[in-house]
Formats: sequence, structure tokens, C-alpha cells
Amino acid sequence: MAQHLTLEAAIAAHVRDGQTLAIEGFTHLIPFAAGHEIIRQGRRDLTLVRMTPDLLYDQMVGMGLVSKMIFSYVGNPGAGLLRRTRDAIENGWPQPIAYEEHSHAAMANAYEAGAAGLPCAIFRGYRGAELARVNPNIRTITCPFTHEELAAIPSVRPDVTIIHAQKADRQGNVLVEGIIGIQKEAVLAAKTAIVTVEEVVDDLRALGLSPNACVLPHWTIAAIVTVPGGAHPSYTSGYYVRDNAEYIAWDDISADRDRFHEWMEENVLAATADVFADRVSALRSAA
Amino acid sequence: MSATPTEMMAVAASRLLANDDVCFVGIGAPSAACNLARLTHAPDITLIYESGTIATRPDVLPLSIGDGELSDTALTTVSVPEMFRYWLQGGRVSIGFLGAAQLDARGNINTTVIGDYHKPKVRLPGGGGAPEIATQAREIFITARQARRAFVEQIDFVTSLGHGAPGETRATYNVDTAGPTRLITDLALWTMLDTEGRAAADAGFDARSAAFTVVSLHPGVTRDALVETVGWPVRFAEEVGRKVEETPEASAEELAVLRDLQARTKAAHLRANRVKDAAE
Repeated sequence: MAQHLTLEAAIAAHVRDGQTLAIEGFTHLIPFAAGHEIIRQGRRDLTLVRMTPDLLYDQMVGMGLVSKMIFSYVGNPGAGLLRRTRDAIENGWPQPIAYEEHSHAAMANAYEAGAAGLPCAIFRGYRGAELARVNPNIRTITCPFTHEELAAIPSVRPDVTIIHAQKADRQGNVLVEGIIGIQKEAVLAAKTAIVTVEEVVDDLRALGLSPNACVLPHWTIAAIVTVPGGAHPSYTSGYYVRDNAEYIAWDDISADRDRFHEWMEENVLAATADVFADRVSALRSAA
Repeated sequence: MSATPTEMMAVAASRLLANDDVCFVGIGAPSAACNLARLTHAPDITLIYESGTIATRPDVLPLSIGDGELSDTALTTVSVPEMFRYWLQGGRVSIGFLGAAQLDARGNINTTVIGDYHKPKVRLPGGGGAPEIATQAREIFITARQARRAFVEQIDFVTSLGHGAPGETRATYNVDTAGPTRLITDLALWTMLDTEGRAAADAGFDARSAAFTVVSLHPGVTRDALVETVGWPVRFAEEVGRKVEETPEASAEELAVLRDLQARTKAAHLRANRVKDAAE
């Protein structure tokens, strides 16, 4: 049953050292505020899963929280490379990280398999792709009916999934709209799910939603946290637009180890979840 | 007004797209070309982005693959697993349009790593959707600016399959789609031709000897200048019994629409920044 908690309490209650976390969002709805709280609480030795690790995972890697990453695209979308993650992979700074790399199709299938309670995902993939040579978790399985050889990878079963969404209601049911990405599968694949939302309404049923709207029932979620602006600098459809300038600026901030630390000190370690509402105030009018 | 090389690349690429195409669009140069086609000769083209947006009609070019503009203007937005399973793997996509950090003459693409995979010299972003787009879309167009470090004889890592090594075919890897057929650059238009000048759609096409072949030079581009930017021995169309044409200049309409689209995109990004700066 979903409990409405503060961000600090929700992360403290559910996120532990050594866990496998999926903090998902496909460009849209990336739970930055929750990730920053994990950094402030100093968790260590995390395995991070995400299709498109962007600035948030770059920050967590650069702060030394991460021992392994599972991903399918490790870039700053539209701006270039992830410099803290590159520093960890290429130079072992601040610590070496292990990584398991897939394609988007593979990760999407692996989350779906996790949500479906299956041990592995089966799909037609990786043909002629060299990832299959370097990643021992990419294997093949033969269809018992047609004898077609298909790719198989382990399903994704995170200890904790964290997503951001538009709305929850008092009971804890959650509404996700727009580019819904892998949010639903990531929640249903996890042992525990935390959702940060822009706002809490009385009852989602009263909103006149489409009967096919993407709604996660309250009993699939452990904790709901209201954090207006909590996806900044990514965006929340219907609330505020993507802060593209911030993504571009990150390329410079993350290029230098000292500059990165100064930025993290000022904007994350010395901040609280309350700053996010201000960060998006000027981005709301355009949404 | 004449086109810059980058504009010529977008214009030449846009002309290859048809109104009834269902196009899986990569970010950056492919996105510009696909939207230019939609705003000129192919108003009903279906543009799909891997974030799940189907039949999107963005007014400004997205910076990322999942900008709100894409879902706000789409016919429908589906989940990422549905996108890859039903729409791509299901065989609904006619053209996959990819960029490339590094590619070879047979359309194999590397966007993963420079150097050894386990001890990378430069770690690139990786494949994203490309490995399955490259094998499951019925045909692949590639667009990239020519440079010696990008157009190489031997790529460091095969992120996405083209036609494999010389002597191989896609069937070697149990892939039955046509693969890379066109390469559109800032200097030329290339077609995947075998040594008899046959393209993938022609009877008897022998992929074992196929290579990207220069079939059209953009206005003002010399063969010497083109060869300078390519790390493999360049095949010109005459060598396989065809002619090298000159790409028709960008029309006034094509250029006006492209520049208008780029200006709207720039203004939208600037506007977001100005609003933000004013608030700070």
C-alpha cells in the first residue's frame, strides 16, 4: 500500500547500499529530485539499471555511489557524451565501474519480462551486432516450434524502481501521461517502487481520464512523494518543458572533476527537494 | 542563395523519402531530413521516434529523442517496449534512418567505442535502438558528414550490422531485410551497389561484393575533395557501369523550408533560455 512520505523519509526507508536500482525515465519524467536525495544520503555500491542513463546517473557515478551500471545508451541526449561516466570507464575515477551493455530493444524486453515475472526476455535481436560477443548475458534460445534462433537476456528485476509521474491521488494511485517510456514495466518489475509526482489530487477517478490511461494502482507502489518540479532538468508533460540549456551546460560542468564537485556541492549536497519548484517556475509557461 | 554542405545533406536526404514511408527517425541529421521531407513533398509521411511517438509532426526539431514536442504533435504515443516489439520487430517500419560516428563502405556502423571495447580510448554513447533498427526496418538510410576519422576501412566495433565483412551477406547473420541502401553526406549521394552495378532492389544483387558507391556529387564537389575525406578506396559509379550524376541544387522552396525549420528550432531553444535567465 502506498504511503505518502517526504522524499527524505521515502529514500531512507527503501534504498540501501548494495541494491539494484532502476531510476527510469525516457528523456521525459526523469526523477532527478529522488536521485539527488540518494546522493545526499550517501548510498554506496549501487547497481544502476536504466535504458538511457543521462545526467542523473552521470552525477551518481561521479560521486562514487555506483559499482555497476546496466544500460543501452550512455549519452547526454542532444548534447554529446557523459563525461563523468566516461571518466569512470576510461580512467577508473572516482572508482572503476563494471558495466553491462544492451540495445534499447533488449532492455525494453528485459523490463517487460521482469514485469511479467519471467526469468528471461526472448526477442529477435543482436543479429550481426558485436555486443553479443562482449556481453556474456546475451545468449540464444531456439524456438521449439519454428527452430528460429532468438536472442535471450536475463529479465530486469530491480530491488527498487523510482519513477516520476504527473499525478497521484490520496489513495496513492498514479497517473503517467505523454512519453510513458518504460515507467510501467519498471515499476511492475521491481520488488519495491517509489514514485515522485507533481501533485496529489483527491481521486483520479474524478478527472475524467480515458479508460486506457496509464494508471498504476496504489498497491503496486510503496511510497508516493510530492515534489513539484522533481524531474528538472528533464520535463513533465503538461507542467513544464525540458530545460535544454541545462543539458547543454552539463557538458562543460562535467568536463572537469573540480568543477563537477563544486557544482554538486552547491546544487545537490547543500540543497533540498524544495528547490525543484523554483527551478521549473520559468519553464511552466511554455508547457 | 545556395545551400551549405550541411543543408545540401538534409535536402538530398529528404528527396529520397516518399509520402507512404513509415520512417524510424534517429536524432540530429536524420531528424532534419525527415521533417524537411514532411514539410515539402511528403506531407503524409509517418515519422516514428524510438521514445514511442507515432506519426509525429513537430513544429521545431527536437534536441532529444523524447522532447515533449514529439508526443504533443503525434497521432499516438506508445510505450517503449511496444515500439520495439510491435512496430519495429513486427515489421511495420519501411525505412530506418540512422546517423553514424564511424562507418565502413558496407554500411556497418560503430557508435559504441573507439579502441578496444574493454579498454576504450573513447567511450561513445552506444547503440540505443540502432542494432535492431538496422536489422528490422525493411531498408536503411544513413546520413553523416564525411571525415577520415568517421569514414574508415575498418570500424572499431560493429554496433549495427550493414552487410558484414566483404564476402559476407546479411543472410550470414540470419537477417532478411535489405539493410543500408543509401548514404547521404554533405558531399555526395552514395548507393549500395555490387560490382555489376546492381542495387539491393535489383534481381541478382550480390551483397558479397557490395559497397557504398558514389552515384551523385553535390554541386561544386570535386572527386579529389571527396576522396580526401574517406578512409577506404572510393568506388565511383563508372567502375560498376553506371554514371556519376550531379545532385540537383537545393530549390528555393527546399532551402526556405529548411531554414525556416532551423530558425524556429533555434528560436524555441533561445526562448526557453531567455525566460529562464529572466527569472534567475
